[in-house]
Amino acid sequence: MSAARPPSTLSAARAVLYKELTLERRAPQTLTAMALFCASAFVIFHFALGRDAIEGALASGVLWVTLTLAALLGIGRSFVADREEGGLDGFLLAPAPRTALLIAKATTLFIFLLIVGVLAALLFSVLLLGPTPSASQWASIALLIVLADLGIALVGTLIAGIAIQTRARDLITSILALPLLIPLLIAVTKASEPLLSVGGGTLAWRWLALLGLYDLIFGLLAYALFDYLVED
Amino acid sequence: MPTTKSLYGRRLTGYAIATAIVLTASIALAFFYAPIEVDQGFSQKIFYIHVPLAIVTLGGFVFGGIFGIQYLRSGDTRHDLRSYTAIHQGLIFCIGALITGCIWAKAAWGQWWVWDEPTLVSFLIVFLLYCTYQPLRFSIEDPERQARYAAVFAVVAGVFVPVNFIAVRLASPLIHPRVLGSSGGSLPNDMRIAFYSALLGITLLFITICKYEMASKHSRAQLAALRRSLSEENDEPAAVRTAAPRIAIK
Repeated sequence: MSAARPPSTLSAARAVLYKELTLERRAPQTLTAMALFCASAFVIFHFALGRDAIEGALASGVLWVTLTLAALLGIGRSFVADREEGGLDGFLLAPAPRTALLIAKATTLFIFLLIVGVLAALLFSVLLLGPTPSASQWASIALLIVLADLGIALVGTLIAGIAIQTRARDLITSILALPLLIPLLIAVTKASEPLLSVGGGTLAWRWLALLGLYDLIFGLLAYALFDYLVED
Repeated sequence: MPTTKSLYGRRLTGYAIATAIVLTASIALAFFYAPIEVDQGFSQKIFYIHVPLAIVTLGGFVFGGIFGIQYLRSGDTRHDLRSYTAIHQGLIFCIGALITGCIWAKAAWGQWWVWDEPTLVSFLIVFLLYCTYQPLRFSIEDPERQARYAAVFAVVAGVFVPVNFIAVRLASPLIHPRVLGSSGGSLPNDMRIAFYSALLGITLLFITICKYEMASKHSRAQLAALRRSLSEENDEPAAVRTAAPRIAIK
């Protein structure tokens, strides 16, 4: 009997990613919760700030704080089904490289965050944002969403991998993720500030560079350390 | 396996004496030898405590990460204990750095907290991150897994520290007194001697306290092992929830 060849990292990752997306499509849970959270948060901000329209630094802060907190919901749910239903054990029994799990989970989170990010940005421009961004400003905002979501997805997957084995899972996720995401938030809020201001502005490259650096460093860290989180 | 008896308490007395001498000398140098700074007056003396505390804190966190890597590579629990101790004491020194920083800010700028002061803000963020180290360890029961996850945290946080400093510094104007500028020539010689002796003193204090904590943890584990052997019960002790690394006594 010839032994079956173990799957490559990419094909294993693709299989897990397909599983994740199918799960979310058949029983939408995380995405809807994240989107609803964003909508509720914007309404809360409207009443809490007592303002009909906001702009500049305040608008940038409201948008990104909302998206970060919504991301925490996604990060918190990332491994829950696998842990409770034995999916993690199943994966570990399979002769697939562990990096595949990291790639699949981070990609899933990245896709969720992108969808929520686009929806939230549109909703934000309707509900709260004073100035109307131009097409090029929208393109810059989209670029920022992509770079920031990539960083959140990488750090989030690493944290979700740590938190899933702890008893106080939700607490650990929040208290670990928020300080780790501060550099990313600094960069992305500073970069969005001119784009959401009256009169408008352009994207500063140094914030893009910082976001890229953050994504790169935490991507490499996640790649190097993830194996230790799923050893048993 | 090497006997761990001599490992943790080794040279503790020597370190303690050296710490006492150097710290006393550095305090004397700071107060009686270093001149009073022209702009800030006497309140600038806190610089000789605040800056060494901050540097030693960051050093402790970096070593926590390095020991974390060593633990992940070797699985040797002694590295876990070292990583734990470095981060634990680093956190305490970090509180010291934050408090002295606040006092200095009050004296120099009239406010207890200044948000456009990047180093102080970075320290607060780093402090908040490392505050999660103990709860993280505490919420994992299995000792081996606790050590492994704590090591992963130590490495991630160790890398986070410089990224955070870059981000905060980019985001705020520079008003922190740059006593050790890139040119290195901004500190007069007599101040520099006092500063470096204070740095040496605080570093020795950090090492001594770390060694003391490791020796204390180890002797407590030894005591528990002796009690077990005296009571002629070879049962494993009931699992106690703790954030501290478990030490195996042979």
